[in-house]
Amino acid sequence: MSTVDTRLARKPAEYKSDIKPIWCPGCGDYHVLMSFTRAFAQLGLPPEQIVVVSGIGCSSRIPAYTNCYGFHGVHGRSLALAAGLKVTRPDLTVVVASGDGDGYSIGGNHFLHACRRNIDMTYVVMDNRIYGMTKGQPSPTTEPEFDTALSPGGTRVRPFHPLVVALASGANFIARCFSGEPNETAAVLVEAIKHPGFSFIEILSPCVTFRPDEKSWKDLVHPAPVTATTDPGKAARRIMTDDGFNLGILYRGNREPFQPAIGATGVDLSELEKDFEL
Amino acid sequence: MAKLPSISIAIVGSGGAGALTTGNSLLEAACAAGWHGLFTRTLGPQIRGGEAAALVRLAVHPVECLPDRFDLLIGIDWLNAHRFGSEIKVGPGTLVISDPQGGDPPPMVTQSGARVVEIPMKEMAKAIRDGRPNMITLGIAGRLLGLSIEQVVTPIEKRLADKGPAAIEASQSGIKAGFGVAAGIDFGMQLAPPNARATRRWLLSGNEAAALGAIRGGVRFAAAYPITPATEVLEWLAPSLAKVGGVLLQAEDELAAINMIIGSSFGGTPALTATSGPGLSLMIEALGLATSAEIPIVVVDVMRGGPSTGIPTKSEQADLNIAVYGLHGDAPHLVLAPQSIGDCMFTTQWATYLAETLQSPAIVLSDQFMGQARAAIDRPADVAFIGARSVATDIVGAYERYALAANGISPMAIPGTRGGQYTADGLTHSERGIPTSGTADHRAQLDKRRDKLEHFNFGDHWATVEGAGDVAVLTWGSVTSAAREATGRAAADGINVRLIAPRLLLPAQPERMQTALDGVKRILIVEQTHGGQFHRYLRAHYDLPTQVRVLNRPGPLPIMAGEIYRAITEWR
Amino acid sequence: MSKAAGSPKVADLNDLLAVAYQIEIDAVERYNLLADQMETHNNPELVKVFRDLARAENIHGEEIRRLAGDFDVAAHARQIAKFERSESPEQADLGSAHYLMTPWHALQLSLAGEERALAYFTSIVETAKDPKVKNMAAELVEEEAEHVNLVHRLLRRYPQPSESWAEDLDPPVSQE
Repeated sequence: MSTVDTRLARKPAEYKSDIKPIWCPGCGDYHVLMSFTRAFAQLGLPPEQIVVVSGIGCSSRIPAYTNCYGFHGVHGRSLALAAGLKVTRPDLTVVVASGDGDGYSIGGNHFLHACRRNIDMTYVVMDNRIYGMTKGQPSPTTEPEFDTALSPGGTRVRPFHPLVVALASGANFIARCFSGEPNETAAVLVEAIKHPGFSFIEILSPCVTFRPDEKSWKDLVHPAPVTATTDPGKAARRIMTDDGFNLGILYRGNREPFQPAIGATGVDLSELEKDFEL
Repeated sequence: MAKLPSISIAIVGSGGAGALTTGNSLLEAACAAGWHGLFTRTLGPQIRGGEAAALVRLAVHPVECLPDRFDLLIGIDWLNAHRFGSEIKVGPGTLVISDPQGGDPPPMVTQSGARVVEIPMKEMAKAIRDGRPNMITLGIAGRLLGLSIEQVVTPIEKRLADKGPAAIEASQSGIKAGFGVAAGIDFGMQLAPPNARATRRWLLSGNEAAALGAIRGGVRFAAAYPITPATEVLEWLAPSLAKVGGVLLQAEDELAAINMIIGSSFGGTPALTATSGPGLSLMIEALGLATSAEIPIVVVDVMRGGPSTGIPTKSEQADLNIAVYGLHGDAPHLVLAPQSIGDCMFTTQWATYLAETLQSPAIVLSDQFMGQARAAIDRPADVAFIGARSVATDIVGAYERYALAANGISPMAIPGTRGGQYTADGLTHSERGIPTSGTADHRAQLDKRRDKLEHFNFGDHWATVEGAGDVAVLTWGSVTSAAREATGRAAADGINVRLIAPRLLLPAQPERMQTALDGVKRILIVEQTHGGQFHRYLRAHYDLPTQVRVLNRPGPLPIMAGEIYRAITEWR
Repeated sequence: MSKAAGSPKVADLNDLLAVAYQIEIDAVERYNLLADQMETHNNPELVKVFRDLARAENIHGEEIRRLAGDFDVAAHARQIAKFERSESPEQADLGSAHYLMTPWHALQLSLAGEERALAYFTSIVETAKDPKVKNMAAELVEEEAEHVNLVHRLLRRYPQPSESWAEDLDPPVSQE
């Protein structure tokens, strides 16, 4: 008798809106959207219980393409917005979507503190090593020799290593995926959402228009040779020395997620006036 | 012995002398005994050990501005006290108590004609085990004002409750010694007895009042990034929100703080942050986002001296421009301004209510003077302004988050509500919330957001409108108290002057202002700015009579009632 | 990348038919998605090509349903036909789409898809123990081989695109 996979109560199509993406055909983000909807279906969450929060950039367009609640905010601040949302509504599943510009450049500071705070949410950065929406400027993950109009001959500035930054800052779950493997990515996304605390996934997602050279990524990616570790020291060494195309869950931490107690306490507001009474 | 409705005391000292504690304790003692009072302070630039002056005004009626001149000045020591020369005005009617070991009194004292009495407070303190000079000072001040020892000792006992009996005893002895030595001084004046009253009274700062107003209005989430002089709003909110089941989150910067409160509000929890000018500048972009996406939030700006880093510990009213005009694009929103310490509570509560009702950000322009001053106020009446957002439930069919409506307010689906899924966006959008660059949608949504504010009935709270006459003083914020005192003095001289102080700065209220100015031929605009921001705001939004004078001065010194009174009487 | 790893388990004939059916349905979905993309990006020729390919795959799916007779192959497919690792074999590669792509390009994607499906069924022929499965798989191999040849014939109608097929004289537009 054949083994029976878990019957899904929901289908991925339930999580797609009727809005047609403006992403260029060939863009990796189409696959990422697929991974989102597959993961949500796998988790069986009602679409109205999920909020996709984003900033500005091509990747940040994703909320409107889902049938969940969404927030398309200002450039670089999605993690802060998501923090305010999740802390006051811990019942919701919050997924933050960003790109290498929105997330690592203008959003860099908030990235550090989101990892540090470890609020229960999942942060997905679609890294295409370029600013796509604004027509091709270098991002913090762009190779130093990559020539662009804003940086003729390349920036000559070393890209930074977001996964190591996340680890050092306290992220509780770190993974790297490739958009061209949407099922794999969906599986990782399911794990990330289930894992308590701040889960960070970098999805390498090629930009067909400004980085046609990234077509080679599908030949460069490979599964990580070892399974995820819970030891930050080991994880640091592995992530620091990998080739940037190591895929899979790379670190699972044990930190308690940050969630202050909220909800009616029955304390009357007049209690607060006692501070001032003469 | 003259019985006066108001007496003002300044206490100066440095390097741990405890001048501010002394002033605060004096205020607490007098207020507990039934008087009203106001406490502000002025400081040197050091973080610790700097020169400090406590400025206390006690009265039989509520007071929220400083006197033109102090009646009693006590120098625990005079180190660097000359820095306070322009703020502590003394004259021939002032009694100055000076410690011979405290250095030479500064020129502001010696050249003023004030009467100087020397009392060796430092030595007297040495004679007491663990004695401190400022307790001697407190005793002297209490005795001269006509307070009893019990009235003076009680607040000190409270303050030192966890320091142990030895510390309390030392302070009691110091106060007693001060009382003793002051018995031999003829002050020549006394506070008139407090009005017998059954009303409950509070002693609090504007910052504390604003924080309480927020919670009363329904705020249950605050994001905090500290900045002088707003930090106390957030520090009061931290435990208070927790008590009522809310939460305060410290943010990494103001950019995070403003976005956090947007996130909270989007999720259905009314939210607030507090900052000052430099922080408000950082928050401007996200205020535009909240405007466009129609998300209620409240930002309290406790204004300080500007521009840029400016004078963080002093007050000014020069953030008006950025609050009213700072958002890029056409982005009508709410701007309110409290007029007193107690009004900080009402206005912040009202702002929360308005923000929630109108689905708009609200900026509350408080200032350092009100924010950090303490005053005894009558317990404000409970008002029914509690945020009541229009929420979409039981949604059938395609949900239109930004549906056009007669009053411009479209019900908001809170995440978790089935069928209400939408993506909030700063991009210009259609009624469904889908980004668009089309002419009709852009115009329709701009009209909606403008009209929802302009067509709303704000009622009488929009401004203080008092008095009669064909002359009016137009002012706002903390200057209102000084202006009221000035118009009161003018009325006593037979000069009838109206006082008009808007509490609602945006949206402008042309019809109501026209009614308020009906019959007014001359207006005196008073504001604490260098560039006349309020004057230009009035001209931009309102029709003014042809005769206009402007009394504007930037910080750091507050505009005094006497200045305004002189400006009124000189304009005949 | 091992395609076998993460492919659905085919234990009997019903499983095979369900998987074969799902492969066609997945292909339909993918071609329709590509057609949508071409529609949004104003390439009407390719909208037609992809819709036609979707229709063709739909017909293949119906054929498999007929082969299955009374057995509810669609329901069974929902239970077992999950490709965990790779994508469903006949799905055209999304990453190779381009807003200026020509019918030749679309057919190349289709060809690659058919070839992958053929290889998939071939591997089942080689590894299946159940003779019924083996035979049906062989049948499906023949089907796919026909599809491969069909695509080759279609390809002959379209010349290989010129070097400048992707040239757009207008620059990209920044939307934010």
